[in-house]
Amino acid sequence: MIFKRPPLPHEGDLRLDPEVRAGIDARRAQPFSVEAMVAQMRDGTRSVAGRVLVFVITLAAAVICTLPFLFLSGAELGVTLSAFLNGSLGSQFAFAETLVQMIPLLIAGMAVAISFHGGLFNMGVEGQLIFGGLVAGIIGAEVEAPPLILSVLVLLGGVAGGALAALVPALLKAYRGVHEVVTTIMMNFVATYFAIYAVAPAGPFVAATQPSATEKIPRDARLPTIWDGTRLHAGVIIALVAVLGLWWLLYRTPLGFRIRLMGKNAGAARASGVSVKRTIITTLLISGGFGGLAGAVQVLGVYGRFFDAFSAGYGWDAIAVALLAALSPFALIISAFFFAMLDSGAVQMQAVAGVSREMVGVVSGLVVAFVAIQPWLLHGLDRMRARRRTRREAGAPVTLTDTGDAT
Amino acid sequence: MSDFFTIALFASALHLAVPIILPMLGGLLCERSGVINIGLEGMMLGGAFGAVAFSYVTGNPWLGLLGAVGTGLLSGVILATMSVLLRGDQVIGATAINLVGAGLTAALVPIIWGIDGTTPSVPKVPTPELPFVGQIPLVGPLLAELSAIDLVAFALVGAVWWVLMRTDMGLRLRACGESAAAADAAGIDVTRVRFIAVTLSGVLAALGGAYLSIVTLDLFQASMTQGRGFLALAAMVFGKWRVGPAFLVCLGFGLADAIALRAQIFTHDLPHDLLFALPYVLALVALATFVGRATGPADVGKPFRRA
Repeated sequence: MIFKRPPLPHEGDLRLDPEVRAGIDARRAQPFSVEAMVAQMRDGTRSVAGRVLVFVITLAAAVICTLPFLFLSGAELGVTLSAFLNGSLGSQFAFAETLVQMIPLLIAGMAVAISFHGGLFNMGVEGQLIFGGLVAGIIGAEVEAPPLILSVLVLLGGVAGGALAALVPALLKAYRGVHEVVTTIMMNFVATYFAIYAVAPAGPFVAATQPSATEKIPRDARLPTIWDGTRLHAGVIIALVAVLGLWWLLYRTPLGFRIRLMGKNAGAARASGVSVKRTIITTLLISGGFGGLAGAVQVLGVYGRFFDAFSAGYGWDAIAVALLAALSPFALIISAFFFAMLDSGAVQMQAVAGVSREMVGVVSGLVVAFVAIQPWLLHGLDRMRARRRTRREAGAPVTLTDTGDAT
Repeated sequence: MSDFFTIALFASALHLAVPIILPMLGGLLCERSGVINIGLEGMMLGGAFGAVAFSYVTGNPWLGLLGAVGTGLLSGVILATMSVLLRGDQVIGATAINLVGAGLTAALVPIIWGIDGTTPSVPKVPTPELPFVGQIPLVGPLLAELSAIDLVAFALVGAVWWVLMRTDMGLRLRACGESAAAADAAGIDVTRVRFIAVTLSGVLAALGGAYLSIVTLDLFQASMTQGRGFLALAAMVFGKWRVGPAFLVCLGFGLADAIALRAQIFTHDLPHDLLFALPYVLALVALATFVGRATGPADVGKPFRRA
């Protein structure tokens, strides 16, 4: 198979949107001007530089908005910063711990990303993660099999569990038209309470010696540690392979094309012969599968058993991870690593600088907020640029006329 | 069985329903005006925290309630700015409210009180007993368990229904949710109507949170709402975006909660953790079977922009 893409449009032969044309011109003329950067950001989905710019600006805005609360808690900026860097990157151990934190965030972030690609809001990743972890823990504790086969079974069981938790919202969305936001959120609670029940003192899968947990998975079947002296386990390889797989699925397979087409325009997808119902179900099941995989990897790699409070809200932070990465599979690695740094640095920040760990949640919330208003920000920057241009062309200051709003 | 289904059970069902009813009303107003609001949970937490903080600072629980209204206004205005004024994605904006609401309230507790997790007790809103209602036949004993504040909450249900279905204002609001373009053509300022509806939903949700923190209890605890904002959302969908049915669903959820709590005391062989999941399972089953196609207002979720 040969993958050959058509060359990118050059000037002249293609009709280009005037805004895009202006952006290209600005970038050619003065690559480091404000105009060029704004154009870069607006075309963010197309160029790597634009994406990096959007990523950095979103993150910076969120962190700056968190600063007042840092001062409120009486922390000094320098101390906080050094505690954060020490705690997340300062030593071999800290770095490995950051990577350990990154694994569930990355896999769960992929779950969110693929559903958003399909225009579906899977808010139930937390529940899928818990259910996947539960199924993984049960299989690991109950099934007798050679170690390697058992690990594979546990991981597959996690994927199946996550997909099962996503099945109900998927069917309801496809056949009853119920908005998936509400149903996936409801499934979060069903999964959480079911998991608590399963390992409750009288529950069916509780360990004999440890309440609120399943029996331990045999040590040989767990994911091996790949960095001696730290907790870093082979899950990081699984996560990175999954990133490749997600990219391949989204951009190199017909199914991925259908998913993205449905996300951009469900009507157009239907008109061109895509079964939207089937694509909705497939997308949500894959998304749930990723969520379940995140739980299974956590169970198999870190704890060696399922216990009812094993997720520190990874499913929710995953939304911020996916949105910060603008849903791009490879950018997910960077954004998951950043949030993992926050998670592992938070311990040190609390101990040394007295900053509450909950601030991590605030930062991820603010990231989500800034992503929500990104279209407006880009639009506003565009308008500013248009106004400047008019001013320059007219040679005189312009009054506040609405230039680019009436589109 | 008869000592299980007592007046106390139904009274506690009503008490447990109130903090679901208030955010449900807020969510309903918001969605009927065309804005998805899954941020109710975060708004409730903000209200619960605001109420306790103000009650602690001023020593007056009524000012605490006022503080909850203030935080509700704040969270409502922030969401309205994001999703109505700036036309950002409504689901993403509301998710941000949830994340920031949960994180910030939990982070502010150690800043104000110096301890993690749960705050010390603060003055709580007095719940005066109602005079004379005990003598009413049949429902008297049940009503006697309620306080004036519960009645205000129930009265709000009627008020919201009346405003939404029987006034000019309500018609305008519903028009914005069904077809923003048509409403705009008819001379309604869609942006303003939606802005006000979202802000109001923030206030109602915050009052629901405040009911939990300084009426039922007298303290704030990190993520103390335990998903009631989402339950309110489920009730609204279950009730097909109509005030009456959604109110009944809320009462049902309250009863389910009360039964689960009571079962915990009465029996040990019942899986009460599963009972807590019951409202959600019921809602999902209902959506799958007899509710029919649950479709909300036609223009819900679509940012509006004048052509």
